Amino acid sequence: MSGPSRFEPPVSAVSEPFWEATRQRRLVLQHCGSCERAVWYPRVMCPHCGHADLEWREAAGRGVVYAVSVQYRAAHPGLADRVPYAVALVDLDEGVRMMTSVVGCAAEDVHVGQRVRPAWEPLTDGRHLLLHEPDGDEPDV
Amino acid sequence: MDSIRGAAAIVGAADAVSPDGQLDGSLRDLEVSVIREALDSAGLVLSDVDGIATCTGGLMMPSVELAEYLGIQPTWTDSTQTGGSSFEVHLEHAAAAIAGGACEVVVIVYAQTPKSTFKRGGARFLGGTPSTGGDLDAAPRVEWEIPYGIQLPIGAYALAASRHMAEYGTTSEQLAQIAVSTREWASLNPRASLRDPITIDDVLASPMTASPLHKLDCCLVTDGAGAVVLTSAERARHLRQPPAYVLGTGTAHSHSMISQMPDLTVTAGRESGAKAFAMAGLGPEDVDVAELYDSFTITVLLALEDLGFCPKGEGGAFVADGRLGPGGTCPAQTSGGGLAYTHPGMFGMFLLVEATRQIQGASGDRQVPDVDVALAHGTGGVLSATSTVILGTEATL
Ligand SMILES: [Zn+2]
Repeated sequence: MSGPSRFEPPVSAVSEPFWEATRQRRLVLQHCGSCERAVWYPRVMCPHCGHADLEWREAAGRGVVYAVSVQYRAAHPGLADRVPYAVALVDLDEGVRMMTSVVGCAAEDVHVGQRVRPAWEPLTDGRHLLLHEPDGDEPDV
Repeated sequence: MDSIRGAAAIVGAADAVSPDGQLDGSLRDLEVSVIREALDSAGLVLSDVDGIATCTGGLMMPSVELAEYLGIQPTWTDSTQTGGSSFEVHLEHAAAAIAGGACEVVVIVYAQTPKSTFKRGGARFLGGTPSTGGDLDAAPRVEWEIPYGIQLPIGAYALAASRHMAEYGTTSEQLAQIAVSTREWASLNPRASLRDPITIDDVLASPMTASPLHKLDCCLVTDGAGAVVLTSAERARHLRQPPAYVLGTGTAHSHSMISQMPDLTVTAGRESGAKAFAMAGLGPEDVDVAELYDSFTITVLLALEDLGFCPKGEGGAFVADGRLGPGGTCPAQTSGGGLAYTHPGMFGMFLLVEATRQIQGASGDRQVPDVDVALAHGTGGVLSATSTVILGTEATL
């Protein structure tokens, strides 16, 4: 993977535990203490049932590509040398959908139904950005 | 809701566009010009106006700042911002306000000049970069989407197209047909930006920016302005133009970021359309002309399904015979749409203007015969917020 020239996300107050965990390439997700569902993106309340008691839990971060679009033009200059690249929505096994980029194969080969697993890209401040790569062992869903 | 159906009408409509996509003058010049033209066409003057709606221009309070500039002191105001569907939302609010007696003459106005701004070296329109300062840059998008390099808004619509193709077998050729049919309408509109006919192969051969969407699946970026004037049904009958009565309205939104959209193949149009049709007491089969937001071809396909013109998943086959074009059984985007007429960023105003003209029989060579019911369906954000307006002639009351 090339240098960390990618746009580096800010850290919002509520998401600090998420970003701290990425320093050890760990994924943590909020879960609702009332309805038990996972919550994405980080919030101060559960969007499923409205309760405020959310707790952070470890997550594997494997999932299935729900939709994918290959970008043939870089959305910002730091990505110019990576074109074309695949932006995807992935349904994690934990029950949430998130945006990601699927790397580790040709962008055009990324497809709906493909099993993927986390791939961490270093950011300049020690955090990592959660990407995904093909999960070699797993058949399509 | 029965008290709103038919209680208000669009009595004047105007828009400003140019073949090369650029308009001279400041935003205020353009706003004043289309407001005057819309009021003139109705036989009304600024001092008749007691309600104003706008969501662009100015610094912080668009409707308040514009009213001051115009020299009016309205008793009803709206600056609701739902992206491209904002003007359908304004109309929904205005019709209810007029029906409830809160005001009597409302102006809804819009002007934006992204093409001129870009040519002068200004920020690229909706570039989706972290630095544009535009409305797509607010957190949490900056934290959870922008780092992945998605081009916005096109990348979001491309993801929806990707999912629709995977789930229902929709093809690039079927999406391309929407652009082809829309261009056929544009060729009948002397004011449209792009008037040369295109083929499905032309669309497929145009550069791909965000798969599976090609350049010709995407709307224009032009300058433009538009205004509509609403008043009560009673007053409308004494004005110059045939009124376009507001028969039904509905609004809904399902998410802001594309990664939070519950199902990328189903928009809030399912709710906004159902509400509008229920209020109007009509169904898709009663619509003589449909003005659907066409920021991208997939936007149209999803709207057709969600409004009930065809079942979910069958939009591709539905459009494939060219029925959206001139002479077709489902005439849609008769101005040439955002794909070929004009698109300053929020096309919803032009949907209302064209739907009104079709009701008035004022659409020239592109006039659909015997229009009694016209539908305008705005889509804002990234398939986020929809608002549906159904207009009808006197005969539909
Ligand atoms: Zn909950």
